[in-house]
Order: sequence, then structure tokens, then C-alpha cells
Amino acid sequence: MPAIEVSGLRKAYGSLEAVRGVDFAIEEGEVFGLLGPNGAGKTTTVEILEGYRRRDAGEVRVLGHDPERPGPDFRERIGVVLQQSELWPNLTVREIHGIFAGYYRAPRDVDEVVALVGLQEKANARVKSLSGGQKRRLDLGIALVGDPDLVFLDEPTTGFDPQARRAAWEMIRSLRSLGKTVLLTTHYLDEAEQLADRVAVLRDGRIVREGTPAELTTSDLQTEIRYRQNDEEVLVRTDEPTRVLAELTSAAVARGEELEGLQVRRPSLEEVYLALTAEHDEAEA
Amino acid sequence: MSAEAVRIGARRPARRLFVHQLRSEQLVFWRSREAAFFIFLFPLLLFVLLGSVYSGKFEGLPVVWRVLAGLISYGCANTAFAGLAIQLVLRRENGILKRLRSTPLPPATYIAALLTSTLVVFGLQTVALFLLGRSLYGTPFPPDLGSFVVTIVIGAAVFAALGTAIASVIRSAEGASAVVNFILLPMAFLSGAFGPTRGYPAVLQAIGDVLPLTYLVKLVDAVYLHGQGVWTQPEALLILLAWGLAGLVFTIFKFRWEPQAR
Repeated sequence: MPAIEVSGLRKAYGSLEAVRGVDFAIEEGEVFGLLGPNGAGKTTTVEILEGYRRRDAGEVRVLGHDPERPGPDFRERIGVVLQQSELWPNLTVREIHGIFAGYYRAPRDVDEVVALVGLQEKANARVKSLSGGQKRRLDLGIALVGDPDLVFLDEPTTGFDPQARRAAWEMIRSLRSLGKTVLLTTHYLDEAEQLADRVAVLRDGRIVREGTPAELTTSDLQTEIRYRQNDEEVLVRTDEPTRVLAELTSAAVARGEELEGLQVRRPSLEEVYLALTAEHDEAEA
Repeated sequence: MSAEAVRIGARRPARRLFVHQLRSEQLVFWRSREAAFFIFLFPLLLFVLLGSVYSGKFEGLPVVWRVLAGLISYGCANTAFAGLAIQLVLRRENGILKRLRSTPLPPATYIAALLTSTLVVFGLQTVALFLLGRSLYGTPFPPDLGSFVVTIVIGAAVFAALGTAIASVIRSAEGASAVVNFILLPMAFLSGAFGPTRGYPAVLQAIGDVLPLTYLVKLVDAVYLHGQGVWTQPEALLILLAWGLAGLVFTIFKFRWEPQAR
């Protein structure tokens, strides 16, 4: 059974349609990335799955529950990291973990979780003395202390410096090794590429592409072949790189020439993403 | 530790959660120096100050007794109305309330623990006022303890309902303390918590006549200063309870768990 199943999900705020018919499924143990620019509908989608918002239409199952009418163990099994939250500044890292651990029937050991999110040296430090990155790790720690099966991470590294991002990525990878299902939203492409097993690109409330990071890069943009001939740069874009390359090279070999500066490139996920999210802007412009 | 938690949790989850949350609320409250000072200590300091300024008698009773009675009422509004409202707005705007809603802690348990914690703080404050008064100024303890406890529990419940109501309309954490004190301080003066209002202009007395704190002051005066039972003041009780009910209904319709700004 998938951990999350969504079909035909719609949600409007007044006249603004934030989510306009979204379908996807996330398997147990999968890290799924919901990728898109600001305002694409990522947070609305996630908050419907977490049970914060009611949907206008569509079917949603999260761990077998309808989040609008969850059974008693729904909240025992999810962990939520919100985009912004500021916890009690005068409590220590360990105390806050202890408070949240007390809400669950079978919590993990507090010190174990504090160590898991890399805050063991700060266990007795007050929250107000933590750096921004450390506060986000505290957020993650209290989302994990109930030992959830499913973890929601809404833009977990927004505002991080590069070093803190890498540390956060390591932690999210460790969630996978614990067997957790993770739904991650991000507007950073490299983050989705680094962490997610599968990615859905959301634009204007619709999923415009879905697949593994590798599938997205192969299926969308054409492969580029570049070389120089008579001191001129030649660029060939093709859906059939093998055939085109074989023709080019055999012709060159037959002529006894060298294809100078020969390069074969697949587009990066970034180029795919920019192409996907730019279509609309061009259409409007 | 977690094995123990599982065993107890499986048996009495509701009560265990309540006790856990009450302890957490107490930790959060006393750890915050601003809250501990402005909510718990401030009425005590005010009592020491006013008690040393005023002496003599007013209408047959030592003035310092009246000061004590007024500050118990003020302390009630300060703790259950102002303190609770400011804490709730801060928690809502910081995303703590939203975050708690994603945990198995039921909202009703959370509210019950928060209100009980507020009552504990106010109860300790009242005890401290009596002990201070006794040792510094020779003020008496309440003659009818049962009536007195009923009075302050009703007062705390009414002002807590008004505190959650005002928290529902305050939009930002920055403004919470200003808005709440803008209401509390004039109310304390107009209701007689800081001294008799008989010499005030008629229009101010008329405003005072509709404020809930006026009726708590009346109740505390009757029960503490005159040794009457709480049920001898049905009018004051009814008006107080009406305010509490209004605050509760308003809270039910307007209270939000999520931050305003997005």
C-alpha cells in the first residue's frame, strides 16, 4: 500500500486556485520531492496531507487515513517540519525534545534523537542561543522524536548557508536509511536531485512532470552534440543521439577528419526545470 | 524511560498527557524571566509599594487590607487575561500552536493544561500576597476560605475566557503586550482595583460599571474584607459569568491555531 495517494486534488482560496487537480502516489520508504517555484501550490498540497487544510475536491489517503477525518493513530505516525516556527526560547534542546516525546505512545529516546540531528553538543543549550541552522535541526528532531513512519519537510533548507545545507542533506539521507517515507518540498533543484527518489514538478497548481531525477533529464530536452568544423561551432540537438552521433563520426572517419572539440551533453535537471517553469511565463509575456 | 512511557501511556493516555502538558507549561512559564516578572512578581511589588505608602483606615478598615483585596483582583486579570493572551498570541504567531496540532496531543487537553497552569500561577501569587501582607502589614487571611477559593477560581476562569478572546483578535506578536496593557491598566483604575472610584467623574464611573473587573473587585471585597459568602453577591456573580460566557463564545468562533502572517 502506498504511504500517500492523491488524486484530483483541488484547493482554492477565494478566486485564487492554488491547487488545480494534482495526482501522485508515494511508496513506503520513498523520498519524494515536490519541486516548484514559490506560489506553485507546494505548501497548500502538503498542508492538506498533514490535515491542516480541507480540500475542495479530490481523494487523499495518508497512511490509510483521510487527513480531514484522521483516526486516532494518524498523528502518532506523522512528523511535521513547518516552514517557519520558533520554539520556546528559554528551554533547552533536550527539554523541548522531552516535551514533544511525551505526546507519543512510543517515542524514541530523547538523547538518541538529539544525537541523530547532530545537536548532542547543544543538548543543554537554550534555544535562543542556537544558530538558524541549529534551530532547523531542532525542528527536525522534534518531528522525529515520536518515531513517525512518514515525515513532511516543507522547504527544510531555505535560508541555509551551503555548509548547513549539506549537513541537512546528510540528515535527510539518514531518514531514508531509517526506512522513513519522506515528502520534501523545495524550490532548490539540486536539493531534489540530491535527495529525492522521485520528483514531481509543480507549476501553477498542476504537476507538469514527474519521475526520477534521471528520467526527467532524459525525457524532456534533447541531447546536445557540439563540435567544430572549419573553425565554426556546430550544435546539433537531437532525440536520437546514438544514431546522429554514429552518422557524424562515421562520416568524419570516412573523410579522415577529426571532429574537433566533440562534446555530447545531456541537459541538467536545472535546464529541464527552467524550461518547464518558464513555459508559462513566456506564454503570458 | 521510553518503555515506562509506553506502559503508562497505554493505560491512562488522557491523564498522562494532561499531567505531562501541565508540567511542560510550568517549565515554560517559570523559565521565561519576562513572564515570571511581569505576571507573577509585578503585583507583589505593587503591593509592597502601595502598602508602604498608604496607612490609616478607610470606612472602618485598614487601607492596606483594601489594597491587598484590590491587588488580588488585579493579579487575576493580569495573570489570566493579560498573561494568557500574550502567551497565546506569541505561540500562535511563532507556529507553536500549529506545530502542536500535528502531534497526538488533543487540543482540549492542551487548553485544559494551559488554563490549569495559569490558575496554578495565580494561586501561588495569591498565597504570596497573603504571606507578604501578613508579615509586612499584618493583613488577615480570608475568613471564609471556601468562598474565597470559589471566588478566585471563577475570576480566573472568566478572565481566561476574555484572555483567549482578545488573543483571537490581536494580529501580531509585537503588538500583543501593548494592546493587552492598553485594556488592562485603564480597566484596573476604573474598576477600583487600585483604589476607590467614588471621586471619579460620572462618565468614568459609568464605564467602570460595565467592566468585569469591577465585579470581581466587589466579590473579593465582600468575601475577603467583609467575610460574606460568595453567594451573597448574585448580581456581581451573574455579570462576571456573563462576561466569561461572552469571551468563551467569541473564542469558539474566532480562535485560530495558525499564524496570521504568511
